[in-house]
Amino acid sequence: MAMLSYERKYRVRGGTLIGGDLFDFWVGPFFVGFFGVATIFFAALGTVLIFWGAALGDTWNPWLINIAPPDISYGLGLAPLADGGLWQIITVCAHGAFIAWALREVEICRKLGIGYHVPIAFGVAIFAYSTLTVFRPMLMGAWGHAFPYGIFSHLDWVSNTGYQYLHFHYNPAHMLAVSFFFTTVLALSLHGGLVLSATNPPKGKEILTPDHEDTFFRDFVGYSVGTLGIHRVGLLLALNAGFWSAVCIIISGPLWTKGWPEWWNWWLDLPIWGN
Amino acid sequence: MAEYQNIFTQVQVRGPAELGVAGGGAELGRSGAGGFSNIMGWIGNAQIGPIYLGSWGLISLVTGIIWFNIVGLSMLASVDYNVAQFIRQLFWLSLEPPSQSYGLSIPPLHDGGWFIIAGFFLLISVCTWWIRTYTRATALGMGHHVAWAFAAAIWLFLVLGLIRPIMMGSWSEAVPYGIFPHLDWTTAFSLRYGNLFYNPFHALSITFLYGATMLFAMHGATVLAITRFGGDREIEQIVDRGTAYERGALFWRWTMGFNATAEGIHRWIWWFAILTPITGGIGILLTGTVVDNWYLWAVEHGFAPQYPAMLGYGGYTGTGG
Repeated sequence: MAMLSYERKYRVRGGTLIGGDLFDFWVGPFFVGFFGVATIFFAALGTVLIFWGAALGDTWNPWLINIAPPDISYGLGLAPLADGGLWQIITVCAHGAFIAWALREVEICRKLGIGYHVPIAFGVAIFAYSTLTVFRPMLMGAWGHAFPYGIFSHLDWVSNTGYQYLHFHYNPAHMLAVSFFFTTVLALSLHGGLVLSATNPPKGKEILTPDHEDTFFRDFVGYSVGTLGIHRVGLLLALNAGFWSAVCIIISGPLWTKGWPEWWNWWLDLPIWGN
Repeated sequence: MAEYQNIFTQVQVRGPAELGVAGGGAELGRSGAGGFSNIMGWIGNAQIGPIYLGSWGLISLVTGIIWFNIVGLSMLASVDYNVAQFIRQLFWLSLEPPSQSYGLSIPPLHDGGWFIIAGFFLLISVCTWWIRTYTRATALGMGHHVAWAFAAAIWLFLVLGLIRPIMMGSWSEAVPYGIFPHLDWTTAFSLRYGNLFYNPFHALSITFLYGATMLFAMHGATVLAITRFGGDREIEQIVDRGTAYERGALFWRWTMGFNATAEGIHRWIWWFAILTPITGGIGILLTGTVVDNWYLWAVEHGFAPQYPAMLGYGGYTGTGG
């Protein structure tokens, strides 16, 4: 039985955005809905095309399988399947699957009567993916500027793209994004640690309260953001990490084509320094 | 159609400041409350303070300030005490570790000596701050999960500044203090050892970094979405599950076929967060000590393509390590 002990009363009809009752059912633990069907379609087609692309390549080593976008010479046109066309259709499928998944989350939120925070947060991740595979290539005039689908090939792309701008760590939006990633993990470890330490006190001691959590943090650093606030802080930090990652790559090329260390010269050249 | 979405606190209720729970002498050494900040109150608690100092906190603060001042004054000295140039070049300035020729010996002050002294004070500061997290939890009768998470970060800090330099036989291997200089160090490190992206522990660390960020977005968003049912009262939901976490759990079960519990999600996020620096530290420690070139190591182990000799790897006769 795929249902949890308390689940039955929550499995209600309605809340769908499209399709009315037609796809309003569950398969095992999964809610289906119109967008579930759409997700399956795009995900299955995309996966088949990835296998096709792998079959056209020269290796089945999972680390090395590589499905590259079209050559720059194709510009923003369609490429033959074996020459980047598969990459293009896979990218369409990925967008279809991701967006359908987000809309399915909206339907589930509506069924459960909860806020839309999760699909909105997922939207930021989709936005970052679209920035890499659609917005930036379009601004630069060729699909070939997107990253290839492959485990180590996409890391090579990151490495090569970074060094095209000499030293990507000097990209101010990249600096922000990395800082947000690290701060998110710091805040996450503190939140996880604090809740576990209140609910798992040493042997023989009683479970503690949010007052103890607040007291620990005020003793520790002089401020406790509180049980509600930490989830806002966490969500904001995490979304900013994704958002600034998207910013840091879309300004590289469309806005700035030189080395990123050079960008900082405006600061060194301000007319306020005297001699 | 439009309905309330919990984003920020619209009405702030303000009573007397919470001065903290007592017990086990925990209340001794605590300052009075600070004030309230309306802006902080939009996101979380408006109350600032009180804070506990204690002797470990005092040592940590003093040694931390000494480290900060040694670094700052060294940078100031490097621009001949010209304050305008100090501000202008601040991001570029550096307190560099000793030259390689000094090995693990103590160098003159002007050639890395101050770096060693600053590093010593930073080490004391960080370690005494860790003792604080441990003793504060003990005083309040809590578990030590925060302290062990902090210890995971300290592991990476120790690998970078102490353990790996000792294994490499030179303090010059340590990371310089400075904004751009430490970024330069990172890139030079990756280039020197054949691209850190081919270091499997680097890959693991990045996976946990991104995974932790994704989990915090998922967890933060889920809890905000169920606050209308009291989902932010997590301890209550852990010991006596209510409709809030039932809905939160079912959201993920219906979405991806699997869900955590109110307590379980905090175990997931704790592990993802601490594994980021733990795996990262392992990756750094192996670099240069065990593996000399991660790209060639990856070719040897079948997960990097062999590039044509014309790209410059043809003449390389060494191995990855």
